[in-house]
Amino acid sequence: MDNKIEVEQLTKIFGSKPEEGIQQLKEGKSKDEILENTGMTVGVKEASFSVKPGETFVIMGLSGSGKSTLIRLINRLIDPTAGHVKIDGEDLTTMNTQTLLETRREKLGMVFQKFGLFPFRTILKNVEYGLEIQGVDKEKREKQALKAIEDVGLKGYEQQLPKQLSGGMQQRVGLARALANDTDILLMDEAFSALDPLIRQEMQDELIELQEKLNKTVLFITHDLDEALKLGDRIAIMKDGEIVQIGTAEEILDNPANDYVSSFVKDVDRSKVLEAEHVMKKPEVTSSFRDGPKMAVKKMEEANMSSIFVTDKNKQLKGLLTIDDAIYIHKNNESMETVLKNDFPKTAPNTPLRDLISIASDAKYPITVVKDGELLGIISRASILSGLVFGQQEHAEEVHA
Amino acid sequence: MSDFYFPLEEWTNSFVNDWLLPTMGDFFNQVSDILGWFVDGVTDGLISIPVFLLVAIVTALALWLSGRGLAIFTIIGSVYLVSVDLWPEAMQTMAIVIVATLLSIIIGVPIGILSSKSDTIYRIVRPILDFMQTLPSFVYLIPAILLFGLGGVPAVMSTFIFATPPAVRMTNLGIRQVPEDIVEASRAFGSTTWQLLFKVELPMALQTIMAGINQTIMLALSMAVIASMIGAPGLGSVVLSGISNVNVGLGLTGGLGIVVLAIIVDRLTQGLGEKL
Repeated sequence: MDNKIEVEQLTKIFGSKPEEGIQQLKEGKSKDEILENTGMTVGVKEASFSVKPGETFVIMGLSGSGKSTLIRLINRLIDPTAGHVKIDGEDLTTMNTQTLLETRREKLGMVFQKFGLFPFRTILKNVEYGLEIQGVDKEKREKQALKAIEDVGLKGYEQQLPKQLSGGMQQRVGLARALANDTDILLMDEAFSALDPLIRQEMQDELIELQEKLNKTVLFITHDLDEALKLGDRIAIMKDGEIVQIGTAEEILDNPANDYVSSFVKDVDRSKVLEAEHVMKKPEVTSSFRDGPKMAVKKMEEANMSSIFVTDKNKQLKGLLTIDDAIYIHKNNESMETVLKNDFPKTAPNTPLRDLISIASDAKYPITVVKDGELLGIISRASILSGLVFGQQEHAEEVHA
Repeated sequence: MSDFYFPLEEWTNSFVNDWLLPTMGDFFNQVSDILGWFVDGVTDGLISIPVFLLVAIVTALALWLSGRGLAIFTIIGSVYLVSVDLWPEAMQTMAIVIVATLLSIIIGVPIGILSSKSDTIYRIVRPILDFMQTLPSFVYLIPAILLFGLGGVPAVMSTFIFATPPAVRMTNLGIRQVPEDIVEASRAFGSTTWQLLFKVELPMALQTIMAGINQTIMLALSMAVIASMIGAPGLGSVVLSGISNVNVGLGLTGGLGIVVLAIIVDRLTQGLGEKL
């Protein structure tokens, strides 16, 4: 029961005699052989995976890989030929129509690539649709719909028609319509693929944000590997109707299961996947307030550096002390606070490397990785480059050592 | 060649005379009675409304659904119909058109819906529609007389058969044209088949269905005129007596009346389709 969605050996064969296709699959025939022998297409071949509550599970594949068929098998928009889909432990494939309808209503929200909005209904009426067909009374469904519309940032647009909205806003309506039903599971079929790149990124960020708040179980379909790596807690890669690998972004990047996956991931822009904390180093020397300027100068000499980061006893970052300033305050017996510099770049541990590249090229000093005021590490230009080339491992080990 | 003779004529006659009429005669009589009552009711209703009031209503509708042009045309056309003394005939024609159209919609739209849902049904329905539309319309008149006698009822029946195909076809087309993702969205949220039909498919197909109904009405009007040959009262019978008496003037007077009705009805239903 701890898995929200469980998919076992799910198979879909399109054609007049699917049993024959199943038989041939069992004999180990390939998709191409079955097409040649019987003229039937294997849409999805023995897919198995499970999704935990609150997890974002991404199914990634190129067009024709069967990913869109797979997501439609999950809520039986397409009836599977063989295998099982269990939602909260209940088998969808054996349900009667009434129970299936109830399961769709209560547990499965869906967002579509082409939005699938009802053009003759206002935004509010679109978002209300799922509740309306359940017979929820007008007042309650309006309240729930308005909240969902607010959640996706479309407050004020309730009375507009879909065609009056831009693509990005239309997909927010699609998302709100799925949220209004308050289902635990969201099925997202290439939800952002029809949007232009900037809007797509914005929507991805917002989905991540919403997800932190709502903690839904999300099954997300995409053909975009970058999107998969960004959104997915785990990713399944599909080819020719089969799932070829399931794993976290790091697992797939570092240990591709076969040539297909590795040819895929070799072009991945690591700068989007790796985050600041993956490449940061422990600041080699830090000088707490107790050390005093003399000690700081000594540490700088030892490390062959011309400046040093200063933290207090709670590891809170206070500023940067240059060697010139250290000598100056030592001579004039002044307090360290008066000369500390604060014009170095700061960043959060989960900032993608991509965003750090331009900062690093402009900055005089290393980038500091700071969380709640605490100095976690520093990133130099060199560590960004080595991160891009070699991945994260060696640096990560250094930090944790 | 002449050795082989296909006795379709004899078979049809013996089928109709020896089986259909003796066994189904009562049924057709009852249908005839009900329809007759209905046609008479609508005719009486239309004629009993004061001309002035009816013209005012239609003009207002024209203004709302189409625009000033049609409103002005409605007034001029009505003045014409009254001034050539053909108002009652125009109302008789309209009564046949209205009843036949209602029948076409009540029967045609559901068949169109079924056709859109099942390829098998559509494969059966389509050749029947083709047959109904291509068979010369005069041919309907003969069984209509046999089954329903003379007058308004056989006119309604043959008009109904002639005018139904577009209602079926366009309903089928309209529902099949609803984009797949919208149907999927409706289903994914747990709609029943009826909810999908009434909340999504029919509203989205409405404009296409209305275009079909507009065609149905226009066909009904043309058939209601032809049906004057089997004794249907109305503008058609005016034209018919123009023909039989070689009275060009009478023929033109009645013909213009039909044109007036056709334009008003066509523009009104088109406007209604666009308003929805």
